[in-house]
Amino acid sequence: MPSMLEISPQQIEEQRLYSEMGLSDEEFQSITKILGRRPNYTETGLFSVMWSEHCSYKNSKPLLKKFPTEGPEVLQGPGEGAGIIDIGDEQAVVFKVESHNHPSAVEPYQGAATGVGGILRDVFSMGARPVALLNSLRFGSLERQRVKYLFEEVVRGIAGYGNCVGVPTVGGEVQFDDAYNGNPLVNAMCVGLIDHKDIQKGIAAGIGNTVMYVGAKTGRDGIHGATFASEELSEESEEKRPSVQVGDPFMEKLLIEACLDVIHHDALVGIQDMGAAGLTSSASEMASKAGTGMTMNLDHIPQREEHMTAYEMMLSESQERMLLVVEKGREEEIAQVFRKYNLEAVAVGEVTDTKRFRLEHHGEVVADVPVDSLAEDAPVYHQPSKVPAYYEEFQAMDNYVPEITDHKETLHQLLRQPTIASKEWVYDQYDSMVQTNTVVTPGSDAAVIRVRGTYKALAMTTDCNSRYIYVDPEVGGKIAVAEAARNIVCSGGRPLGLTDGLNFGSPENPEIFWQMEKSVDGMSEACRFLSTPVISGNVSLYNESFGGQAIYPTPIVGMVGLIEHTDYITQSHFRAPGDLIYLIGETKPEFGGSELQGMLEGRHFGKAPEINLNIEMTRQSQVRTAIEKGLVQSAHDLAEGGLGVALAESLFDQELGCEVNLERDATTALFAESQTRFLLSVKPENKNAFEALFRGSKPIGTVTDEGTYRVVSGDDTVVEEQTSALKTSWKGAIPCLLKSKG
Amino acid sequence: MKFAVVVFPGSNCDRDMYFAVKDALGEEAELVWYKEADLSGFDAILLPGGFSYGDYLRSGAIASTSPVIEQILAAAEAGKPVLGVCNGFQILLEIGLLPGAMLPNEHLKFMCHYETLVVENADTMFTKHYEDKEEIRIPIAHGDGNYFCDEQTHQQLLDNNQIAFTYQSNPNGSVGDIAGITNEQGNVLGMMPHPERAVEALLGNDDGLRLFQSILTHWRNTHAINA
Repeated sequence: MPSMLEISPQQIEEQRLYSEMGLSDEEFQSITKILGRRPNYTETGLFSVMWSEHCSYKNSKPLLKKFPTEGPEVLQGPGEGAGIIDIGDEQAVVFKVESHNHPSAVEPYQGAATGVGGILRDVFSMGARPVALLNSLRFGSLERQRVKYLFEEVVRGIAGYGNCVGVPTVGGEVQFDDAYNGNPLVNAMCVGLIDHKDIQKGIAAGIGNTVMYVGAKTGRDGIHGATFASEELSEESEEKRPSVQVGDPFMEKLLIEACLDVIHHDALVGIQDMGAAGLTSSASEMASKAGTGMTMNLDHIPQREEHMTAYEMMLSESQERMLLVVEKGREEEIAQVFRKYNLEAVAVGEVTDTKRFRLEHHGEVVADVPVDSLAEDAPVYHQPSKVPAYYEEFQAMDNYVPEITDHKETLHQLLRQPTIASKEWVYDQYDSMVQTNTVVTPGSDAAVIRVRGTYKALAMTTDCNSRYIYVDPEVGGKIAVAEAARNIVCSGGRPLGLTDGLNFGSPENPEIFWQMEKSVDGMSEACRFLSTPVISGNVSLYNESFGGQAIYPTPIVGMVGLIEHTDYITQSHFRAPGDLIYLIGETKPEFGGSELQGMLEGRHFGKAPEINLNIEMTRQSQVRTAIEKGLVQSAHDLAEGGLGVALAESLFDQELGCEVNLERDATTALFAESQTRFLLSVKPENKNAFEALFRGSKPIGTVTDEGTYRVVSGDDTVVEEQTSALKTSWKGAIPCLLKSKG
Repeated sequence: MKFAVVVFPGSNCDRDMYFAVKDALGEEAELVWYKEADLSGFDAILLPGGFSYGDYLRSGAIASTSPVIEQILAAAEAGKPVLGVCNGFQILLEIGLLPGAMLPNEHLKFMCHYETLVVENADTMFTKHYEDKEEIRIPIAHGDGNYFCDEQTHQQLLDNNQIAFTYQSNPNGSVGDIAGITNEQGNVLGMMPHPERAVEALLGNDDGLRLFQSILTHWRNTHAINA
């Protein structure tokens, strides 16, 4: 391959070659102004990746500022590899979510696998041991062959990577909707544990210190991955398969152990993973954060292929690589630590006081730019926003209430909806128990892992009902945060904070930008009410495919909560016959954006369910108190499919039965998706104490050992069905869809 | 009693095994990195699960060529208890301490969940604390757990009482529902299910703890006699 340097700065400008790298005319002009000359090919590449949305958040920055990011327990907010929250006893929890949507759309196995690898590095580069993985996935209709392929391969990719590195995949969510037919979402979250004293930062401090490179060699894979992730998917996306990186979980496992060793070495100054935009972002960010500069000699970069150009090396997104800054003269001590794991740590550069990012290759200076201009000076765009016509139409509609004649059959159908159906087919492929801390495995409201050596445990969940957000982004945004918190509370925990995975279409479309704006407003407000600061996150835009079809706005909430004592750990399923069943919260005829609406009408419209954050806050704290007082046998938050589905799910574990009396109207009582509702079961002897806490509450029924789901509404038995038959519908739906030839 | 947990590059159940011995069983355990291994001072050798060398080439294949293997063979020869779980079982097959081989699961997917095992031989140093034909619940987590051997070998395993555990409901296609086997002498056990994951009620089940207690009881008995 001829050297890219042969393309002259003049050609880049005249032929607008920068636009192929994703830079606009204005952006190119401002680079020229910053440098006082035209950038060469390599420099243009550096700017193009660092100024991509993926690295610079140039379109989303003004919105991200709205999130509350501080709290008394926050040790590290957004800006480093991952956020950190104190959990007492000199320990802290580290977490972050990251998207790998575009790579997964074209190469699902590697796209998903490397998504897991990347988020793990974000967490262990902070000095934390990764203790859990979660993922939040969105696919189109499972009746489509292409979607089946994407779904199966994404799950296999997550399993292939997570299982090998020995970090349990403990939870997550999968939803299906036509809105994701051409553009699946693959968001991975990692949770780590750390002792306060071990917290690391990605800084290149200390003039003269040495920059070292560790891990896999640099190849030509993933070149321009960050730029690719910042544009719409198109017919040509298939050709971008070379932009997708290839993962090596074995290398990652070695890196985890070696890095967790090296953080205890006092010669280590800073450490950061090479994620999006690879060497360019890790090196320039480390220098920029420390207020220093950096010089690297690219001849020393370990290379997997011959004749790689500076441009290729700097833009490669080869996986499993870390960049370290170590005290000058102590390189061998650090190299020794890595050698134990058969890894090589190589000196590739030096920290300088020039505030410039300078690269040498084959004895020539191939790039020399102000380091802050890469990491800090990306333009910020305040995109115009416009209320979409559909929203105004939805708001003006009469309330939609479906007419159901056969509630039993409707319940079966709902349980077979892939979004509601059992995800056992998915999580059985994940090692959810390695590290032997998993108390609550996938399938409950939130996953729970204990903190070894203490009585504490961590609850964790990912949530986002994007249908509500589509019909009303602000209300839907509030619901997404509230639902995640409800899941934490139901498992016995106190929500600590969250990481956000913002997935949207093109921000340059004013109606989509409006969705972003409103959902961030809603989320921020809920965060303030529920005291859950946003400590890290990720933005994935341009999730559109084939003719401007954007996904539903999908700001995923990854939340972690602290359970003060393992005795408080609570699960969603009923435990014993005779227990009383309580429904806490008001049910209204709310079906806008509901699972039932989508099932019956094939689309979502109308108003989203209402949410009052004051009531939400009070009720969550009451449920938590009831759990901590030992008054609650099981707790389940009501979500898709309403009470009808929640009751069924609560019975499946032991195939118990229930005898429940509801008010009319049965359709609303069973299937409406009103918010801030909890399904709790209580031992008869705790009835009075429980009702003293929830004034005015009375049981809606009892758990039975007959294995029959029976619901009476008014004087009519509206559902009477064997629990085992309902379970068959729920459990068999996804395997059945995958086998069918769509 | 002192247990060695041998750690290969890519082992990932090593710490789980270590905690099972140290915290649940209450005995001494040490993580021994494969390069630094001197196993002579240990009373039992544990080969943990994971993906040694990424399971590249074939599960357990590359680990089976590392120098520490000589010491594992010597410990087995000396009659010390050697337990290989999951990837550890695969390594025991690769180095010939146990007969047979491991194939990918029948339906080609990794799977992780509890299985019911039947104790086929409660008269080994690993299973003394169980009853014959007792049903126990132990988790599995593997992609290559489909045990294979020819008919003759299977018959020998049956004749010599070398089958320690079978699956009540075969999840992976293993010959004869085999979940775990011993060598003829009975001091080497390989099993795909993870007893170290089932040693605490908090995590759902402690049926696996009795396997470690059996090793300890056996060691105490033999040492009491020697003393």
